[in-house]
Amino acid sequence: MQLAVWTYEGPPHVGAMRVATAMEGMHYVLHAPQGDTYADLLFTMIERRAKRPPVTYTTFQARDLGKDTATLFQDAVREAVDRFKPQALMVGASCTAELIQDDPAGLAEAMDLPCPVIPLELPSYQRKENWGAAETFYQIVRKLVDKDLRPAPREGRQPLVNILGPTALGFRHRDDLVEVRKILDALGIAVNCVAPLGASPADIIRLGAADFNIVMYPEIGDEASRWLERTLNQPAVRIVPIGVSATREFIAAVATLAGVDPAPALADNASRMPWWSRSVDSTYLTGKRVFIFGDGTHAVAAARIASEELGFEVCGLGCYNREFARDVRAAAARYGVEALITDDHLAVEDAIAAATPELVLGTQMERHIAKRLGLPCAVISSPVHVQDFPARHSPQMGFEGANVIFDSWVHPLVMGLEEHLLTMFRDDFEFSDDAGASHLHRTLPKTADAAQPVEDTALVAAQDLDTPSTIQPAQGTAAWTTEAERELKKIPFFVRGKARRNTENFASASGRAEIDLATLYDAKAHYAR
Amino acid sequence: MTTEVLIPVQGADCAPVLRERGQREVFCGLTGIIWLHRKMQDAFFLVVGSRTCAHLLQSAAGVMIFAEPRFATAIMEERDLAGLVDCHDELDRIVERLLKRRPDIRTLFLVGSCPSEVIKLDLHKAAQRLDALNAPQTRILNYSGSGIETTFTEGEDACLATLVPEMPAANGDAAPNLLIVGALPDIVEDQFMRLFAELGITNVGSLPARKVADLPAVGPQTLYLLAQPFLGATALALEDRGATRLDALFPFGAEGTTDWLRAAAEAFGVDPMHFNRVIAPGRERAKRAIEHSRERLTGKRITFLPDSQLEVPLARFLSNELGMIPVEVGTPYLHRDHTAREVALLPAGTRISEGQHLDRQLDRVRADRPDLTVCGLGLANPLEAEGLSTKWAIELVFSPIHGFEQAGDLAELFARPLRRRDILKV
Repeated sequence: MQLAVWTYEGPPHVGAMRVATAMEGMHYVLHAPQGDTYADLLFTMIERRAKRPPVTYTTFQARDLGKDTATLFQDAVREAVDRFKPQALMVGASCTAELIQDDPAGLAEAMDLPCPVIPLELPSYQRKENWGAAETFYQIVRKLVDKDLRPAPREGRQPLVNILGPTALGFRHRDDLVEVRKILDALGIAVNCVAPLGASPADIIRLGAADFNIVMYPEIGDEASRWLERTLNQPAVRIVPIGVSATREFIAAVATLAGVDPAPALADNASRMPWWSRSVDSTYLTGKRVFIFGDGTHAVAAARIASEELGFEVCGLGCYNREFARDVRAAAARYGVEALITDDHLAVEDAIAAATPELVLGTQMERHIAKRLGLPCAVISSPVHVQDFPARHSPQMGFEGANVIFDSWVHPLVMGLEEHLLTMFRDDFEFSDDAGASHLHRTLPKTADAAQPVEDTALVAAQDLDTPSTIQPAQGTAAWTTEAERELKKIPFFVRGKARRNTENFASASGRAEIDLATLYDAKAHYAR
Repeated sequence: MTTEVLIPVQGADCAPVLRERGQREVFCGLTGIIWLHRKMQDAFFLVVGSRTCAHLLQSAAGVMIFAEPRFATAIMEERDLAGLVDCHDELDRIVERLLKRRPDIRTLFLVGSCPSEVIKLDLHKAAQRLDALNAPQTRILNYSGSGIETTFTEGEDACLATLVPEMPAANGDAAPNLLIVGALPDIVEDQFMRLFAELGITNVGSLPARKVADLPAVGPQTLYLLAQPFLGATALALEDRGATRLDALFPFGAEGTTDWLRAAAEAFGVDPMHFNRVIAPGRERAKRAIEHSRERLTGKRITFLPDSQLEVPLARFLSNELGMIPVEVGTPYLHRDHTAREVALLPAGTRISEGQHLDRQLDRVRADRPDLTVCGLGLANPLEAEGLSTKWAIELVFSPIHGFEQAGDLAELFARPLRRRDILKV
C-alpha cells in the first residue's frame, strides 16, 4: 500500500475517458460501481466542456455482486449502443470491476453489436492515467486502422500528415494544436487526421493515407505511432516543439520528411521571445536557479528553454511518470543534476526545499509547494486546475508558445529593475520586512520590536522561509550572532534563504564556529558571480 | 438492469414514487469525509482503496487538499491483492507511520471503499486490532464509504452510526437530554444551541461533536432531532441504545426551522407562549430574508436530480415558502418515516423519484424543461449548454443552509442562477 493525499495521475480508466471524450462518434461503457462518475466533472468543470463525456457507467451496487453484474454490463452496453449509436464502442473495467472479473471484452464480443468493439485491459493496480490514455489510443488504432491503406502517389498533391496525441483534459492541447497547424500551413502540408482530439472512428480507419505522423505528446501518442511505423511503414516526427530551438528543429524535421523547404515556417517572425530574452531587463534572469518538475515531456522541454533560451541554471529536474524516466535522466545529466523520478509529492517538496531554487516550474502541486516555501512559481504541466484551461489563446508549442512561456515564467519573478530597487533601498522603511507588500492593504498591527521574529501576515511567504523548521541551522552548523542575524533580515526575503544557506555552507567549509558580520560578507564575496 | 415501479408513499397524499435503476450520476460515501473532517477536529480519515478513491477525494476536495488535511488514502497495489495477510501488515505499517506523523490524532477512521469490500478486506477486524495496539492514545474505528454501499451523504450516516456505540451511557435516572444529530457548520450549531438555551432546554449535545473525544451521552431518556434527512442507520443505532426520535420537518426555512424547534420544545414541556416569544425574532428575520428572492422564484418550476437526500425537504421549503413548483423531486433514497411529513407537504402531482436511470431521467428533464434543475457538477454545464438553468447540488451540502439565519442564503442559492441568466447579455 502507498499512503497518498495527493496523486499526480488518476487511474488508467480516466486516461481512457480522456481519449473517448476527445473523440467524436466513440462511446465508452465502463464497468464501474456507483460513484465512479465523479470523473465526469473533470471534463465538465475543469476543462469546462459543454457536453457530458461519452461514457456509460454500469453502476453496480453491493446487492448486485455475485449475481447479475455481467447481465448488468450487457444491458448497459445494449442501451448505450441503441441510444448513442456510436461508430465504435470501447469497453472496460474500473479498478473495482477489475476485481470482480466479469471480462467486459468477452461479454461485449458475445453480443454481436452493430459496431466494432475495442476491449481495454487497463491494470488499475499497476498503471496510471497517462499509460491508460496511451494504451487506449493504441488499442483504438490497432483495432480500427485499415492496414491496406497507403498514401496516394506524391505527384501533384500536398504532403499529408497525422497529428497524434492531443486529448481531452490535456494541458494546453487545444492551443498547441493551433500552433502546429500554423507551422504545417506555412510549409504547405495538409493534415489527414488529428487524433484522438476531434477524430471519429471513421477518421482513425484512414490514418494510413498520411505520409507520416507527428507525435505531439509522446505520453499519449507514441505507442500508437510506433505501431503505425511497424505496420504501415509510416515514419514519425517525435521532436516536441516547445521552445524556440525545439520549434526550429521540429520545422526542419517535418520539412525533411515532407520533402519541402523549411524556410517559410522558419521565417515566421512572430517569435518575440529571443529578443525579449536578450533585452537588458532580462540580464537579471542570468543564473537564476530553477527547479523543474512535471510530466517527462514538459519537464525536459522546460529544462532546455530555461537553460538555453532564458539563461537560468537548472538546479533540479524530475517527472512523476516513470514511463519517461529514461528521457528525464538523460536530460538531468546534461544539466549536472540528479533526476527526481517520483509520484510522491512529499519527496518533491523535500527536493525543492533542499535545492533552494529562485523559481519553481511544475504542476498544480508544485504551485502549492512553492507558495508554502515562499518561492515564485509557474505551471508547465498537468495536473492543473481550472485556471490553466484558459479562455484566451495560450499555447506552449511553436513560436507563439515561446512567447507565452516567456511571459508566464518571468512574471512571477521580481523583474530586474524592481529587484535592483529593492536591493538599493533594502533598509528603507517601506521595503523592510515589517512593511509588507506595498500593494496590500495594511490591516494588521505591526509588532513593535523589529527584532522579534517575523509575524507580519502580509509576508506569509517570507515567514515560511524563516520559521525555525525550515531554516534553523542543521546539527553541527555554525551559530549566528545576533548582529549577523539582523543583517540577514535586511536581505530581501526572496533571496534570503539562499543567502543563509550559502553563508552556512561557507562557514562550515571554512571551519568557523560562529557566523558574524564578517562571515556573512566573506561568504557573499566567496559566492559572488 | 432497470425496473420501474410505482409504489404509493405512506405520506398524507400518497404520492406515487417512481423507482428506477440504471446508471447513477452520484458521488460515493467517501465524499462525506470532505466535510466530516472539518467538523471533527481530532479525527483522521484513512481510506483503504485504490488510486481512483484518492483521485475522487482530490477532485472533490479541490484546493483543500493542500491545507494539511486530516484525510488520506492507503492505495492498494498489485502486491496487496496477492494475499490478505500481507494486506493487514501493510495497513499496520501505514497506520503506524501516519500516527507517528500526526500524534495529535485522537480518532482514526479506517474507511472502506469498493475495492477493499470486494476483496473482503476485514477492516472491522483491522480496526479492532489497531485499536488495541494504540489505546488509549488513539481510538480506531471503521465504516464503509464505498460506492457499492453508500451514496454521497450516506457516508456521514455510516460514520455517525459507527460513533453511536462509542457514546457514553447516560446515567439511568438522569433528566432527559436532547441530541442534535447530523454534522452542521459550527455557526449553525451555535445558533441552535443559543435558541435551545433560551427555550430553557439546557442538556443539549451534538452528534458528531467537534471533538470525537467529547461525544455526548445517550440512554433511554435521550430525545434526538435529526438535522439531516440522510441519517437512517444512525437513527437505528441511537434507537438501539434507547433514544427516541422527535418527528419534525427538517430545519430549512422559517417554517421548517420553527417546526423542528417546536418538536423539541413540546417534548421538553416548554410553555407555548414562551416558545413563540423566543423564536419570533428569528422567524421574522428568516421570512424577511426569504422575501428578497421570492419575486425571482415564485411560479418557477424546479427539478431535483438525486444527490444527497436533501431534495425532498428542500423542495418542500421552495414550494411552501417561495411558491416554486416542484416538477420532479429525485432522491437517491427516500426514508419513508423520516420524510413522511415532508412528502405530505409537497404539492399534489409532484413526481417523486427514487434511485436513477440517468439517461431516462435526462429525457424527462428535457421534456419538462423546468426553469431550474438541481444537479451534480458532471451534468450542470452540459445542461446549461442545452439552455437549461442549473443549480449545482453539492453546494447545498457544503454551505450553511439550516436554521432561521441561513434561510435567506438558502433561497438566494436558488435565485442566483436565475438572476445571472437574466443579467447576461452574451
